[in-house]
Amino acid sequence: MYNKGKIIIGLVIFVVFFTSPFLYGLVKSGPPPEPELSPKAKEAKLCVEAKDYMVESHMQMLNQWRDEAIRYGKRMYVATNGKEYVVSLQNTCMDCHNNKTKFCDQCHNYSGVDPYCWECHIEPKEKK
Amino acid sequence: MGIWVSFFAVIALVLIPSVGAQGAGQYIFGIFIPYVAVLIFVIGFIYRVVQWGKTPVPFKIPTTGGQMKSLPWIKWNPLDNPATTGGVVGRMALEVLAFRSLFRNTRVELRDGPRVSYGSNKWLWVAALAFHYAFLVVFLRHFRLFMEPVPGFVGLLESVDGFMEVGLPRLMISGVVLLLAALYLFLRRVAVPQLRYISFAADYFPLFLIIALAGSGLLMRYFIRVDITSVKELITGLVSLRPTIPEGIGVIFFVHLFLLSVLIAYFPFSKLMHAGGVFMSPTRNMANDNRQNRHINPWNYPVKVHTYAEYEDEFREKMKEVGLPVEKE
Repeated sequence: MYNKGKIIIGLVIFVVFFTSPFLYGLVKSGPPPEPELSPKAKEAKLCVEAKDYMVESHMQMLNQWRDEAIRYGKRMYVATNGKEYVVSLQNTCMDCHNNKTKFCDQCHNYSGVDPYCWECHIEPKEKK
Repeated sequence: MGIWVSFFAVIALVLIPSVGAQGAGQYIFGIFIPYVAVLIFVIGFIYRVVQWGKTPVPFKIPTTGGQMKSLPWIKWNPLDNPATTGGVVGRMALEVLAFRSLFRNTRVELRDGPRVSYGSNKWLWVAALAFHYAFLVVFLRHFRLFMEPVPGFVGLLESVDGFMEVGLPRLMISGVVLLLAALYLFLRRVAVPQLRYISFAADYFPLFLIIALAGSGLLMRYFIRVDITSVKELITGLVSLRPTIPEGIGVIFFVHLFLLSVLIAYFPFSKLMHAGGVFMSPTRNMANDNRQNRHINPWNYPVKVHTYAEYEDEFREKMKEVGLPVEKE
């Protein structure tokens, strides 16, 4: 092989870059998060919509809620099962899920999501 | 011809995991195929580069995009025709980071007369830059799923990429740019007759594959949502060599992962290898210093020579006899 030194340096950079998740993963890998339901949420058993939908798409619902409440003043949400909810992050969502650090933040931190809810809303105070 | 073969090949690649990634099939599409693909990618890439490294370059190949270094009163173009290693690094950096050779792309037209005219054509350069950098940003943003804890640069990248704060999950500009640029690069091949003539399945297939890959990613992010926490659990399981398949991940994720696996497994055997090849191209990585340093052809065998001095030594007496002049008495 010609220019052996340079080629090998290049290949080492390539391998390290593309296997960096593996190298990193072998040294460090946190367990998946365990979001904890508050007693009140546990008791209610059902969120606004089905659990799978909430896990996957709650952000889209929140976005829709925000648009409708702020822009059109629509403050009632009728869930698929016919039940009505007041459209409010602080008074509806956070009423049940009153443990932000143990619930919301668990998955958000895990998958590197930085929601901008709390740029407008007041972050709920938690009892320690 | 090639366009339809590639199109249906990619359609098939979308359908296979849509049907197969159910139940136990998830172990094949979520664990086995990604591992095999990564191995093929890394080993294949190294193999190709080593093969190129073994190929001798018989003479210096400096592309003369500019005036070479010669007499002091002739203006030298040190970046396009470098004579030093530093200049070569500069030319290579411009090529790799700014696609300088695409910048030189021209359009040939027959005007009335008929008269051939050459015009500047920067669209390919613009689209290629947009495509490659968007792809890089999208790839780096994926590190939030590869690494736990999430590395710091991802948050920074996302806040810049999604600064318009459209919708939730936030619209990332790079994803849209990637898809649009890939679509442009495809349409360009179809719309321009000369380009269509020189395009084969090997040109269309990677484009369709990347369009499908980006499309499935955008769909998954904005429309057919999957549980991202389970997805990350799967990915971190893969990279820490403790693979698991968490329950309840939507099939669109397996389509996305399979398309990626096919892309990286196909990478070393395709035109996509220009990623490594650009560093190995003699027209980019050799300095034009022919007149300062002699380039020895690596496949030169030792040539048997008979110098004049030796010749004279051999025939000196005879030369003297017939009266020929000799250098040494």
